[in-house]
Amino acid sequence: MAEGIEIRLDHVTKRYPGQKAAAVDDFSMVVPAGQIVVFVGPSGCGKTTTMRMINRLIEPTSGTITIGGEDALGIDPDDLRRRVGYAIQQAGLFPHFTVAQSIGIVPGLLGWDKKRIAARVEEMMDLVGLDPGEYADRFPRQLSGGQQQRVGVARALAADPPVLLMDEPFGAVDPITRGHLQDELLRLQNELRKTIVFVTHDFDEAVKLGDRIAVLGDRSTILQYDTPDAILANPADDTVAGFVGAGASLKALTLTRVRDVELGQAVTARSDADPSTVELGDEKFLLVLDQRDRPLRWVHLKELKNARSLAVAGRPVQDSVTLQSTLRDALEAMVNEGGRAVVTGSRGEYVGTVDLATVTDVVQRLRASA
Amino acid sequence: MDANFEGGAARMNVLQYVADRWDRLSLQAFLHVSAVVQCTVLATVLGVAIGVAVYRSPAGSALATALASTILTIPSFALLALLIPVFGLGANTTVVALVLYALLPIVRNTVVGLAGVDPAVSDAARGIGMSRFGVLARVELRLAWPAILAGMRVATQMLMGIAVIAAYAKGPGLGSEVFSGLANAGSANSMNQALTGTIGVVILALLLDGVYVLVNRFTVSRGVRG
Ligand SMILES: Nc1ncnc2c1ncn2[C@@H]1O[C@H](COP(=O)(O)OP(=O)(O)OP(=O)(O)O)[C@@H](O)[C@H]1O
Ligand SMILES: [Mg+2]
Repeated sequence: MAEGIEIRLDHVTKRYPGQKAAAVDDFSMVVPAGQIVVFVGPSGCGKTTTMRMINRLIEPTSGTITIGGEDALGIDPDDLRRRVGYAIQQAGLFPHFTVAQSIGIVPGLLGWDKKRIAARVEEMMDLVGLDPGEYADRFPRQLSGGQQQRVGVARALAADPPVLLMDEPFGAVDPITRGHLQDELLRLQNELRKTIVFVTHDFDEAVKLGDRIAVLGDRSTILQYDTPDAILANPADDTVAGFVGAGASLKALTLTRVRDVELGQAVTARSDADPSTVELGDEKFLLVLDQRDRPLRWVHLKELKNARSLAVAGRPVQDSVTLQSTLRDALEAMVNEGGRAVVTGSRGEYVGTVDLATVTDVVQRLRASA
Repeated sequence: MDANFEGGAARMNVLQYVADRWDRLSLQAFLHVSAVVQCTVLATVLGVAIGVAVYRSPAGSALATALASTILTIPSFALLALLIPVFGLGANTTVVALVLYALLPIVRNTVVGLAGVDPAVSDAARGIGMSRFGVLARVELRLAWPAILAGMRVATQMLMGIAVIAAYAKGPGLGSEVFSGLANAGSANSMNQALTGTIGVVILALLLDGVYVLVNRFTVSRGVRG
């Protein structure tokens, strides 16, 4: 597996023909190997232009770009792009390609044999959480927005590139799906350790995903390039502070992951258990799990008394978070659920709960340390 | 003889006429379809090439479409008359005329089809490392194909009729039946001859249209079929 390699931009400038001001002016940055660097900034500041120069979809007017020590401007652009994953808003999937064909394109361009491609396609679909049996032969129009984005990410990762460029890849999906896609990207990154350049204009997304954030201003000038904690605690100037915005302590919740706090435990039972055998103790609610330990329903003490089957009693668990989710996501899930948020592991299995007291504790600690 | 009887006799006669001359008529029908299909294919190769050359430039697209429209406004007799001195009587003139007429719908639909490809899709194709040619052949033309095919269908229908006129330049096909029928109006069988030619063309046109439905079914990806 190809782990990330360093990307270095040196005095890179882009001037579009017929425009007085440069779109990107003397941009220098080192993107460390294996990290996620997020470009965030107002619309039109040059984020996309800067990113697209890395895979030479846009040719720099001047400056140098090296990828893993190799001069990107000295590589054939098509070859370069096959080695750099690329995912964009609304996925840019080919309407006439099935999911399997889409994911297999880059390996095909690289001349892999059919068997290896087929195996890889299946592996990638598993990786992004799409069941190959069900989705391999679907066309993009037969997928939801979130599923399309997953295919887009799988396509970008299929040839195992060390570098991944993502331009607002989750910009066009609803907030809940976006949260899930972000969680998945972090889970993938935990395993894959790619070097990822991620463009967004959502500062919360930047804080959640970035190992480092580059806050960009006009002409892609770097206003601040630092870790999310440092930027939240010490915005370099008023513009950055404006971008960080109000409610910094709420935002700080995006810095803490569910896996970093102590989880509570609910009383649980399998859906096929006999309701009369369940002991709730001091608890008011029972969490019903399916045969693979995935959370299904919350059942209240009172409902439990008259319940004939746990598979239908109470109400379904509608929103849950994963260990990679932020406490902010957990807070949202709590609001949606009207109580504790259920935490699931990598296979969707129940691992614990987060409650409001945990969240307020974290906010107080962050306030004290800021 | 009353009118009824005469009508009945004429109907009998058309069928008899066809049966008697089946060999010659079926050959002419074959030549007719063959000329139209070959000219459509040739016009498609040319038209798609022109479309590909101009679709990125609005001015080029407008110019190509305008030129192709101009050709279509020339009456077919006039065009043939213009071509005969250059290409002589016979198949050459017919082919040139038919291909010219077929260009407009094909060029226009190629340009419209290619311009209608979502730029994000082309951008993604470039971004994941497809060559320029790959993007065109595997993505853009594949997505424009339903439109191109629709253009070919219109062209074919048009050429079926125009190919009749091409008999004026001694081209192949059922046109010669229609022409000699009309030229000898009043003589025995002249009506049958003209009718056979005309009805034959209509039937063949309907058959070809059916072929297009099949081609569409088998060559357009399920992902883009309406
Ligand atoms: N192909 C182009 N030709 C000319 N100017 C362009 C081109 N692409 C972008 N620009 C200009 O360059 C500047 C930077 O654009 P860019 O797309 O990089 O911004 P961005 O930060 O990605 O914005 P957004 O958040 O809206 O996507 C803008 O002023 C834009 O108008
Ligand atoms: Mg952009």
